Amino acid sequence: MMARASAGGLVAAVLLVVLAGALGFALQPYGIYLLSLWAVYTIAAIGLNLTLGFAGQMSLAQAAFVGIGAYCTALLDARGIPFPATLAIAVLLTFGVGWCVGYPALRVQGHYLAFVTLGLTTLVYLVMRNETWLTGGIGGVSNIARPWPFAHNLAYLHLCLAALLAVAAAMWWMLRSPWGRAFVALRENPVRAMSLGVDVRRYTLLAFAIGAALGGIAGAFYAPLVQYIEPSPFALGFSINLLMMVVIGGAGYFLGPFLGALVAVLLPEWLRFLQDEYLIIYAVAVILLLLFCPTGLLGLAERALARGRARGTAKAAAPVAAP
Amino acid sequence: MTPVLEARGLHKSFDGVHAVNGISFAVHAGEILGVIGPNGSGKSTLFNCLLGQLRPSAGTVLLDGTDVTGMRPCDLNRLGVSRTFQLLQVFPQLTVRENLVLAGQEHVGTRIGRLFGRPDAGLTAAAERMIALFDLGHLAAARAGGLSYGQQKLLDAAMAFMAGPRLVLLDEPAGGVNLTMLGNLRERLRDMNRQAGATFVVIEHNMDFVMSLCSRVICIAEGAVIADGPPDAVRNDPTVIEAYLGH
Amino acid sequence: MFWDNLDLLISGLATGATYALVATGFTLLWQTSSTVNFAQGDFVTLPAFAIIALHAAGLPLPLAMLGGLVAALIVLGAGFKLALVDPMLRHGMLPLAIAAIALGVAVQEGSKAVFGAEAFAFPGVPGGFDLGPLFINWQDMVTIAAAVVAVIALQLFLSRTRTGRCMQATAQNPSVAQILGIPVRRMIMLTFLLNAALVTLAAILISPTTLVKFDNGSSIGLAAFCAAIIGGFNQVRGAIAGGLLLGVVENFAATYGPDQYRAAVPMVLLIGFILFRPQGLLGRATERAV
Repeated sequence: MMARASAGGLVAAVLLVVLAGALGFALQPYGIYLLSLWAVYTIAAIGLNLTLGFAGQMSLAQAAFVGIGAYCTALLDARGIPFPATLAIAVLLTFGVGWCVGYPALRVQGHYLAFVTLGLTTLVYLVMRNETWLTGGIGGVSNIARPWPFAHNLAYLHLCLAALLAVAAAMWWMLRSPWGRAFVALRENPVRAMSLGVDVRRYTLLAFAIGAALGGIAGAFYAPLVQYIEPSPFALGFSINLLMMVVIGGAGYFLGPFLGALVAVLLPEWLRFLQDEYLIIYAVAVILLLLFCPTGLLGLAERALARGRARGTAKAAAPVAAP
Repeated sequence: MTPVLEARGLHKSFDGVHAVNGISFAVHAGEILGVIGPNGSGKSTLFNCLLGQLRPSAGTVLLDGTDVTGMRPCDLNRLGVSRTFQLLQVFPQLTVRENLVLAGQEHVGTRIGRLFGRPDAGLTAAAERMIALFDLGHLAAARAGGLSYGQQKLLDAAMAFMAGPRLVLLDEPAGGVNLTMLGNLRERLRDMNRQAGATFVVIEHNMDFVMSLCSRVICIAEGAVIADGPPDAVRNDPTVIEAYLGH
Repeated sequence: MFWDNLDLLISGLATGATYALVATGFTLLWQTSSTVNFAQGDFVTLPAFAIIALHAAGLPLPLAMLGGLVAALIVLGAGFKLALVDPMLRHGMLPLAIAAIALGVAVQEGSKAVFGAEAFAFPGVPGGFDLGPLFINWQDMVTIAAAVVAVIALQLFLSRTRTGRCMQATAQNPSVAQILGIPVRRMIMLTFLLNAALVTLAAILISPTTLVKFDNGSSIGLAAFCAAIIGGFNQVRGAIAGGLLLGVVENFAATYGPDQYRAAVPMVLLIGFILFRPQGLLGRATERAV
């Protein structure tokens, strides 16, 4: 088991972000868009990874939080409120909603929770679609401005990457702190954690609220990126997609979301020739990955690394053992 | 003198079955109280009622004379009450050291302060001392899930002591532990009792362990206290023998 | 007004009866093997498509239905258990739940790729009869009757036959059942086969009303899960009560409430039950202990 958040993990995250930033200079607008999308997805997946991977709370509501963040930004922007303020409001709002969603988690676990959060995603989607007076209904909200001076694609990519870096660093710090330990305790054995003074209620709510707030941040950056939002990207499918990202990368690994989001952004591009069949292949690939390595790609890498190391020591020991 | 822990007329029934049926007893500071009784006599249910894991159907639990009935286990723990479990309860994915830091961290500072403070909450030294005390030195960086049963049992006990509790409830600490480790465990408990002045309540089936460790013993049968006194007196009490043989 | 409501009640019961069948299978899987089948709704769509395909290929309807049942038993019963549940379960419930979600996506996208996105008609029982001012669909009557017969047969099987009692013992406590010499593995397999049969029956009963479309499974699966929770999750009787209640409430809400929020009805019911009566309609409160 890798440490929750090792120094190497943070270095790797920084390198990835810097690399993505540099790559932006060499890419066409579409490539820049994909990289920005990766940054946004990664932020949302980091949030879900906290809730699901570290704290062990099954959530299918992450798409709803991203949606709330995106709509909050879009609607406030339309009323002339500057981006930093809309971002702050989106974070507070999703933190609050996430906190409330945590309450059912105190009463039910696992599969119950999955369906409750699934229900929330559906409800939020229905509100977005039906309450036309507020959200514009299926027509959505268009002409969402990017904050000055980040209007240009490349500049906006760098803004998204900076946000990702800040989120990743904050998450890294939190996972290393006693909070990170308490979240893992929550996942591994809540009853024992309780008997050691860990306030399981409070930490469960925090895990939901912080995970949701990161979803809100992702949404706040998503809306100006695409400049036009409507309800369908925030439906249940996106929650499932985010869940897959976390699982593919490796739930409970700090770097998991970076990798999972990369797969989720790039794979549809590579498999474009498959068109409609793409999702089938994706779903089957996820099933196969889970069958053979339920800890995701990073779990797979860790296993390979451990095997390599074992072989290395065997080799090093061989001359001694040889006559 | 006010007892550290007192139970007054505790009742707990499940679907009409009285698992705990009017138990009253008191534990005074510095005592090591043994709780014995046949299987299914209600010992573990009693513990769960005392520690807020279950809400008693009737009766009160007093800590230093204050009513703490139904208080959440985490709040009780922060008042200096800790426990071990009958079945293994460590955090398998965390290392031994991390298990111990976790066991102490919620007692350090405020929650917000812990987020911005040191990653180990300043507990590494205390954890190392506990590791040395329980002979787990070579395993400090190992995952707790990879330890042997006996080692996990020791770790479990060490975790209960991490926050320097005044009162520790141990549920079958000796179960499944080999003789050497059993001696080790007994010495550690005695140390904690004498040096730190901690008070213990111990559920145990291993009679030798109970008799050599405890200063007083109560016997529970069918959810009620049937004997209370010095170890030897309780062991030779005809009602106690009857209760065991009857089962 | 009264007659309108009676009409709503009857068609609600018919929908609810199919929910109950799907929820019963769901509950059985959960009881015997801790499997929360997130793809349960799509399990209903698959036999419906199979029957349509077989019927279109020239098989008479009863034979097509039989073929659909056999296919479901093989693929959704044995295949699902052997290929997915058995290897995944040792990793814990979460990976299995996620794999089941992925399976649901694969099934939906797969049927879209093969059959396209349009809705297919499914042969049902046409017509109906007048009862006073009320016109009653034969389809509703047949659905209710078939579901009642299936549920009674299932209950008799579970309580009166030796195999059924072994299955119940397995559901209540697999390790004790093992000690008692019950062939636990065979009983679990039987549960998966039973589930496959239940979803096929549900597919035959519900498809004439809902038509067959690749993404029907989402709402049916959700309804079945809600029914299971409302009923108390751990018991077959509860799943049936929950299914009927949900079907009726949904129907009334769709008529008297805002139509756009029809999909929200099971959610609201579900969240309400989880918050205020987590043990369900018929379940008994269990305490959280160590």
